Amino acid sequence: MEAKQLLGLLSEKSGVSGYENSISSFITQVFRDLTDEITKDKLGNVIALKKGENNLSNIKIMLAAHMDEIGLMVTDIDDEGFIKFTTIGGIDPRTLLAQEVIVHGKRDLFGVIGAKPPHLQDESEREKAVKIENLNIDVGFSKEQLNGTVEIGNIITINRSYLELNGSWVSGKALDNRAGVVTMFECAKELKLLKHQADVFFVSTVQEEVGVRGATTSTYKINPDIGIAIDVGFGSTPEIPKEYTLDMGKGPGITIGGNIHPKLREKLVEIAKEYNIPHQFEIDPGPTGTDARAMQITRCGIPTLLISLPLRYMHTSIETINIDDIKASAKLLARLISCISQDNLEGLLCY
Amino acid sequence: MLLKRLTEARGISGNENEVRELIINEIKDYVDDIHIDRIGNIIAFKRGEVNTPRLMIAAHMDEVGLMITKIEESGLLKFTFVGGIDQRVLVSKQVIIGNKKINGVIGSKPIHMQKKTEWKKALDYKELYIDIGVSNKEEAEKLVKIGEYASFLSNYIEFGDNLVKAKSLDDRVGCSILINTLKTNTKLSIYGIFTVMEEIGLVGAGPAAYKIEPDIGIVLEGTTCSDLPGTEGHLQATKLGNGPAISLMDRTTVFNKDLIKSIIDTANKNNIPYQLRRTTFGGNDSGKIHLAKAGSITATISVPCRYIHSPVSVMSKNDYANAEKLLKLFIDNLEKGGFSYEF
Repeated sequence: MEAKQLLGLLSEKSGVSGYENSISSFITQVFRDLTDEITKDKLGNVIALKKGENNLSNIKIMLAAHMDEIGLMVTDIDDEGFIKFTTIGGIDPRTLLAQEVIVHGKRDLFGVIGAKPPHLQDESEREKAVKIENLNIDVGFSKEQLNGTVEIGNIITINRSYLELNGSWVSGKALDNRAGVVTMFECAKELKLLKHQADVFFVSTVQEEVGVRGATTSTYKINPDIGIAIDVGFGSTPEIPKEYTLDMGKGPGITIGGNIHPKLREKLVEIAKEYNIPHQFEIDPGPTGTDARAMQITRCGIPTLLISLPLRYMHTSIETINIDDIKASAKLLARLISCISQDNLEGLLCY
Repeated sequence: MLLKRLTEARGISGNENEVRELIINEIKDYVDDIHIDRIGNIIAFKRGEVNTPRLMIAAHMDEVGLMITKIEESGLLKFTFVGGIDQRVLVSKQVIIGNKKINGVIGSKPIHMQKKTEWKKALDYKELYIDIGVSNKEEAEKLVKIGEYASFLSNYIEFGDNLVKAKSLDDRVGCSILINTLKTNTKLSIYGIFTVMEEIGLVGAGPAAYKIEPDIGIVLEGTTCSDLPGTEGHLQATKLGNGPAISLMDRTTVFNKDLIKSIIDTANKNNIPYQLRRTTFGGNDSGKIHLAKAGSITATISVPCRYIHSPVSVMSKNDYANAEKLLKLFIDNLEKGGFSYEF
């Protein structure tokens, strides 16, 4: 399957943090043909193993991309059947107004998020963002009709069709971090064509958006020699200072900072240059807010890398990405993985 | 389905062509004359056996939307409003732009980069832009021109208890009812008018009424519906599912009380639910129609629409069906001479 198509299928699936069941079974199918063994751990992480050749010293490289997405949860159903909700993960309340949703009750219900009409609000109200507590989900049923179908605690996802923009650009919900999952998929495809000694674990992690939890348990279980997280970084837009952003379409952001193993990162850059793979740098001195953070401090410590895919409008339903950046990232990772062997591993990790 | 095709067609005020063509194709086999006037209104005439009273029924073709004002060096597009849009509904939406039907999205600064105080402020549309997936101005200029229109991308979806979600229900519901009315045989002759540019100041209706000189003007609309939590009962202009709304007064018209009574009598006699539009907010084509030339008497029958002027307007199919039925029965009554008025 092509990266652009796969990203669309993944984007439109539901998988709010802690409720990744449907997306994880789809991902399991997707990785089946490209890997040798697929397992699911207790938290729900999908671990797809592609075995290396002549891997006598049992080198393990773990790639992690989270499959969960931010979403909403039902907190109340009022007398008229309007649904009140809270948020799961970092949602800007301003992006919710006039949005379509799917309420995952006993069956899936379509709804829209509305608020008091503007002509019933005074001028000062209109300049303020609508607060989450003043928003309602309208599923078009009365309280009685909803009885037994929708309950407090039901999960809600944004309903958003994947949209192809110009050329390699696409837009949709949850591209943070389904784009990371597609990068792993593309990397696995590349590795079919390259020789690699290390066992490669492609891990689609759960619950990143609520505190990098899936990466915590899966990294412990795998105990890799090298951990590489793939996530999204801030694509350049006018309102963010340029030094905090990545340019769209100019390749993966290679993160530099304390979360990242410096020698390994130098090797990654060297490979990017050797194979003419476009790349840029993302500066993040502290613990990154990604799976890389959980990986780094697992067990006695794991040498960790982070690849950031440039993505605009993070945590909205119209996140925008350039597929070329996914492909370049996959190629870069595959080249790195294929060059790591028993002979050079210690040298690469030595301070 | 007609309403699906109508709401998914693009027709921002001043650029109604797609909707106009769709409507002409729908009605051409059912009316005796179709004429597009100098400002783009469709004026259709369906000849019956009876010509008095001279009846004009109007629905506006246009919808609110956006217009491209500038292409930035980055290739992002700046825009302005066409018609009344609550700027807070724009963020995180899909749009489709111009003749080449270019897809775009309206983004915002990621929450991670915002100060807490920022979330509380509505985003001004001047801070927003449309992203079409290009790297610079040159690439953007190949796809989009300044002055082109951008409409919301929103599919017609049926959901809930016989409800519909779509963009531009205001006023494609009116267009749909008028099309179906023109497809039905009546004894009374009807002028069916599909107007342009209602949303930017009732532009089309005046010239159309000037030409037709109706005795009676009926305006078909999608109207505001505010039966939502946090809105007191008496502020709820209409309620979804309570039937078509009949206007008493708005900012442009004091509707004719005899005509209102006749419509209400028709509804009561035929057990059609209806409601009175309990606000004087807003205005519609009637404002221009009843003042054209020596004047005419007018009434408005509306389908209540929640979240009107947003990409996710919601209406009840029951209200729609009842509005269409009520209009039909009112026309029947007219042709039988059931409404007497000194014209």
